[in-house]
Amino acid sequence: MGGLDKVLEDTAVELLRRAASELRREYVEALYKAMEKCEGSIGRAQLDAILRNIELARKSSEPICQDTGIIGFIVRVGEEFPVRASLRDILVRATRRATEEIPLRPNAVDLFKGNTGDNVGLGVPIINLELVEGDELELTAFPKGGGSSNVAAHSMITPGLGLKGVKRFVIESVARAGSLGCPPYFIGVGIGGTEDHCMLLAKKALLKPFQVRNPDPNIAALEEELLQRVNELGIGVMGLGEGPTALDLHVEAAARHPATMPVGVIMSCWALRHATAKVTREGRVHLL
Amino acid sequence: MEYRLKTPIQEEAVRRLRAGDIAYLSGTLITARDEAHKKALEMHARGEKPPVNFEGNGVFHCGPIVKRVDGDWRVVAAGPTTSSRMEIFEDRFIEAFRPSLIIGKGGMGERTMRACSEYGCVYGAFTGGAALLGAQGIRRVKEVHWLEELGMPECLWVFEVEDFGPLIITIDTHGRNLTREAMDRVAAKKEAIISSLGG
Ligand code: SF4
Repeated sequence: MGGLDKVLEDTAVELLRRAASELRREYVEALYKAMEKCEGSIGRAQLDAILRNIELARKSSEPICQDTGIIGFIVRVGEEFPVRASLRDILVRATRRATEEIPLRPNAVDLFKGNTGDNVGLGVPIINLELVEGDELELTAFPKGGGSSNVAAHSMITPGLGLKGVKRFVIESVARAGSLGCPPYFIGVGIGGTEDHCMLLAKKALLKPFQVRNPDPNIAALEEELLQRVNELGIGVMGLGEGPTALDLHVEAAARHPATMPVGVIMSCWALRHATAKVTREGRVHLL
Repeated sequence: MEYRLKTPIQEEAVRRLRAGDIAYLSGTLITARDEAHKKALEMHARGEKPPVNFEGNGVFHCGPIVKRVDGDWRVVAAGPTTSSRMEIFEDRFIEAFRPSLIIGKGGMGERTMRACSEYGCVYGAFTGGAALLGAQGIRRVKEVHWLEELGMPECLWVFEVEDFGPLIITIDTHGRNLTREAMDRVAAKKEAIISSLGG
C-alpha cells in the first residue's frame, strides 16, 4: 500500500496548504458584503486590510495569518478503505513536510522542552477518527489559531435553566471574547452529550456549510436567534464596534444526561481555515 | 486624521496622535511577545541592557513566520498577536525602554494606558490576521536576537519597515482607549439582551 500512503501524505500537505492560504469563497464574499454595509471608517479600514490580505495569500499560496495554528485533522475512514494503522504516521509526516514547505509556523510546544519546531508533539497533530461506510477516506485539515482558541468557553448549565440558560451562556461567552479573537467571528455551539463531547460538537459546528441552517427546525431557529443576538452585541471588526460581530453561527446538539446540560462555545476568527478532500481506494483524490 | 510616522518618533509627534487616527510606520519595528518582554525586563532588573534599543521605536506583538533564503531572512507572514497577554508587563516595559508605539491586536488595559500617557507612547491596532499585508510593509530583517533560545515566534526580530499599517490608534496619550470604550458598550448591550431572552 506504499502508493496509497504517499497519496494520502501528499493530499494532507496540499490540504494544509489550502487551509492556511485560501479562505473559502463564501466567507470572502461575506466579508466583501460586510465592507459594503459598514459605515464607520475604522471598520472599513480593517475590512479592507483583511480583504487585501486574503488576496495576497491566494496569489502567493502563503499563509493568510502568521498563526497557522495547532494542526488538526478530521478523518472519516470508509470501513473498506485499505489504510488504517499507518494513518497517524502519514499525517505526522505530512505535518512535518507542510511546516517546512508552505511554511507553517511551528506551534507545538512541549510542556517541558518548549517548542518542538515542527508542529509535531505529544498527541499533535490532533487526529479525530470516524468510521463510516464505504471504501473512501475523507480528510479534513482544520488548523486552529491560538488567539481565537483562547476565547473558547465551556459550561455545565443547571438543567432547570433550560434553553434560556444556554442562550445566556452563549451571549456571555461571545461578549467575553470581545476584541480578543479577531472578530468578525464564526461561532460553533455544542449542546448536550457530555462535558467533553459538547466541545467537539462545537468545534465540528464550525465546519458546517456557510449560512445553511440545521435541518432540525428547532435547532435552526435557535441558530438564527443566537446569530442575531450576538450581532446585537456590537463587538464589530477587531472589537472596535464597527461592522459585523459574527458572520455565522451553527449549533450541533446531542442528547444529554437528565442531570446535565453541557454547553460548549468555540469561536473562530474571520480566518476560518479548513480544507477537505476525498481519496478513493485506488488513490484518486477529489478536493472538495 | 492620517499620519506617517518615522522612527525615532519624537514625543511631541506621539502626543499629537488621537484615538481613532490612522497611522503608517516607517523605520525600526522590533517584535516582542510574552517571553521577550519577560527576558528584557529581567535583564533590566539586573542592570543589564537587552541587545536592542527600543527607544523611540515601535514594539510589535508578533510571532512572525520567517524563512532563510540564500543566507538572508525573508519575512513570510507577520500579523499581530493578542496584546492583552502582555498587559502584565507593558507598563514596566514602557517605563524601562521608552518605545513610542506598541502595535498589536485586541487592545490593552489600564496599566498600559497610564504608562502611555506618562511616558509618551501610543497603541496602534493592526488588523488581526493580516499577516501578509504586515509582511509587505517589512523591507528587511536588520537583526535577530534570542532566536536559539526563544524560537522563531518568541524571539526579537528587528525589522526595517516602510509605511507599515494601517494602524488604528486605539490608546492615545490623552486617556482614551477605544477598545475599552467599545467593550463597555458591549457590556451594556449584553445586559439588555440577556434580560430580554425567551426560554
Ligand atoms: S485569531 Fe485567527 S486571525 Fe487572529 S491572529 Fe489568531 S489565527 Fe490569526
